[in-house]
Amino acid sequence: MKDTRFAKLVLLVNGLVPLTLLLWDLYRKQVGANPLEFVTRTTGMLTLVFLLLSLAVTPVRRVTGVNLLTRFRRMLGLFAFFYGSLHLLTYVAFDRFFHLTTIPGDILKRPFIAIGMTAFFLMLPLAITSTDKMVKRLGGKRWMRLHRIVYLSGILGVLHYYMLVKSDVRLPLTFAFLLAVLLGFRVFAKYYTSPRRISSSVAPPR
Amino acid sequence: MLIKKPDDIKSSEITDQEYYLNRRLFMRSAVLAGSVAVTGLLYRKLNPPPAVVEERPRIAGLVTPPSDDAMRKGFKVSEAQTSFEDITNYNNFYEFSTEKRSVASEARGFITRPWAVEVGGLVNKPKTFDLDDLLKLAPPEERIYRHRCVEGWSMVIPWVGFPLSTLLKEVEPLSSGRYVAFQTLLDPKRMPNQNTGVLDWPYVEGLRIDEAMNPLAILATGLYGQTMPPQDGAPIRLVVPWKYGFKSIKSIVKMTLVDQQPPTTWNIQAPNEYGFYSNVNPGVDHPRWSQRTEHRIGEYTSRNTLLFNGYADQVGYLYEGMDLRANY
Repeated sequence: MKDTRFAKLVLLVNGLVPLTLLLWDLYRKQVGANPLEFVTRTTGMLTLVFLLLSLAVTPVRRVTGVNLLTRFRRMLGLFAFFYGSLHLLTYVAFDRFFHLTTIPGDILKRPFIAIGMTAFFLMLPLAITSTDKMVKRLGGKRWMRLHRIVYLSGILGVLHYYMLVKSDVRLPLTFAFLLAVLLGFRVFAKYYTSPRRISSSVAPPR
Repeated sequence: MLIKKPDDIKSSEITDQEYYLNRRLFMRSAVLAGSVAVTGLLYRKLNPPPAVVEERPRIAGLVTPPSDDAMRKGFKVSEAQTSFEDITNYNNFYEFSTEKRSVASEARGFITRPWAVEVGGLVNKPKTFDLDDLLKLAPPEERIYRHRCVEGWSMVIPWVGFPLSTLLKEVEPLSSGRYVAFQTLLDPKRMPNQNTGVLDWPYVEGLRIDEAMNPLAILATGLYGQTMPPQDGAPIRLVVPWKYGFKSIKSIVKMTLVDQQPPTTWNIQAPNEYGFYSNVNPGVDHPRWSQRTEHRIGEYTSRNTLLFNGYADQVGYLYEGMDLRANY
């Protein structure tokens, strides 16, 4: 199936399902006693999920050989950025709206907020350069290099989550583990498999 | 040999293009709808709707003290009470779940009869009380208290209970009994999250004896005129409204009078973040966040946190001359 337009549509619609249900629950007042916390947490979680999904594309592609997957990577990354924006917006617009001047103090007092914001703003140039036009303008290699920033964004995002939890760190650690696997794969692929590829290029198998 | 003759397939049997395209459209719609259903169900499973609020048996013979007097003593606040639904669906009770929304469903059916509370240590008359004996010690009083969680949210809860001092007087503490140590039930079969290591079980807490004797300190056995819901600490829990919520230990089975400051669970967990006193204090921040403001459940703007949670008149004397920053 060369035509990925339909598959992309499926991804687009599915990526919007959590948002739709979140808004529906808000409308129906089904988000529990602390709606603000619920929305913040849900959008934050979705950001991390989509970040991990976008980072999973390369390893999964390498292992399965389904190169087509690359075509979904940008949309997954954009979903991460989208939910990240909602997450930040919830904090600024609702948590701090009546105390905007307290944001700097809050960042100092709660380092995990500074780390989360850094993780978000690192995604900004990636979202801006996500169009085909920008890929062309930057050139594939430079574009790829720029987009490696996502590794840092992912690490800071998971750290941000880990730091805000009171005692039950099982979920943040799960995210950290998955991230370590996905990033570890890249390190492994770079330092372990590339010499073999070079040697195989010397004597190509028949 | 296998070359088919042209008229093997009748022209009437050839799927016409429109039908073929319709079939494709149908398949695609099915894939789209199916995937949306799976994603939706996954989201629902991870974000279950709040549990249904269950009414509890009502407590008979509830005593409501005269309003002016109650206000002056701090037994009642005029602020709007948090809804029963929110009080029973937003709980920190790690013995059942670390997820505040999930405690209600995890604690459903928690068996609290028979229940005994062992009171001993440095006392003249150590005694194990059956829950029914405890309920007969004093008439059930309504106390409408602010409740401030160390996490930064707060509620106003109409508790039902009796003064802790009533029980302590019953066992006659020795003068060497300077602290009261409390302990929650340890039973991983009934409290499933005790199978995990998220905290050091059983949950333990402590008060200085003068704090414990303060009229604001109560043993609560219900709320909103009903017997205590499991998720809120059934059948009997401590309520010390001028301290962060985690000091108000739930589902108590043991109290011991001791001569030295007893260990407390959150202090063991993170000594630099949670002190023995843990009095509500907007001037002393948690190492990871400010305690200046709080989010009152059910409201949309935050409010200022008050010293001793607004009970400075009633409990301030207990800490006179003490450095509240050092004794956080």
